[in-house]
Amino acid sequence: MLRLVSGRVSGLLARRVTPAVCTSSARPASHGHAPDVSPAVDMSRPMYWDRRDVPLPDRPFRDELSAGDKSLKEKEKGSWKQLSNEEKIALYRLSFNQTYAEMKRPSAEWKTVLGGVFIFLGFTGLVVWWQRVYVYPPAPRTFDPEWQQKQVQRMLDMRVNPVEGFSAKWDYEKKQWK
Amino acid sequence: MSLPKPVMRGLLGKRLRFHLPIAFTLSLAAAIAFKYTVTEPRKQAYADFYKQYDATKEFNAMREAGIFESVRPSGE
Repeated sequence: MLRLVSGRVSGLLARRVTPAVCTSSARPASHGHAPDVSPAVDMSRPMYWDRRDVPLPDRPFRDELSAGDKSLKEKEKGSWKQLSNEEKIALYRLSFNQTYAEMKRPSAEWKTVLGGVFIFLGFTGLVVWWQRVYVYPPAPRTFDPEWQQKQVQRMLDMRVNPVEGFSAKWDYEKKQWK
Repeated sequence: MSLPKPVMRGLLGKRLRFHLPIAFTLSLAAAIAFKYTVTEPRKQAYADFYKQYDATKEFNAMREAGIFESVRPSGE
């Protein structure tokens, strides 16, 4: 018998299924748990889930029905025109825990995510700054302004990209940039 | 509350009939735009460059600048 103490497992269709910790589960936890541990979910029985991408779970939300619920289920077998709106909603809530609107409700999580991203980016910037001061060796001599000037002059002498590119922008008669 | 049965077949075909002409038209437009904004001006730039190009003069200018190893500037 498969038992799961916590967290997520691969379930249906190789998708990840997060089981709702559901009070109407058929098998209650038997041994004494620490107060924060949720009861073990029996993964070999059909499960209920609230998921936006996999709509119809393997079992209804409430499968232990009270007498009133049972009579409502009997009434459901007849014509649905005889059901009042409250009864229809009650039947829905027997089968499902959350509506799609409730599942899709917006949260403020994005602020936390973005904040965390910026905090780590900022910290990384500080690390890089420290490295620039204490770790980096001196720059190669090819970065000196004098060297760069001579490099540009040599590129112009060699006529680098004379049609549309580098040397095309230099006026060789007036010896200046166009 | 009896709803009409939704369309069950031909969904891909319908999507293709709608999107493929648009895709082909836009691709063609992109290609034509690229041709007339990039390749034609580039071809013209090269034509204009070589119309007035004197290879010997350019070579001598480069030689005098001292970039070649096979021929040194005429002074040395």
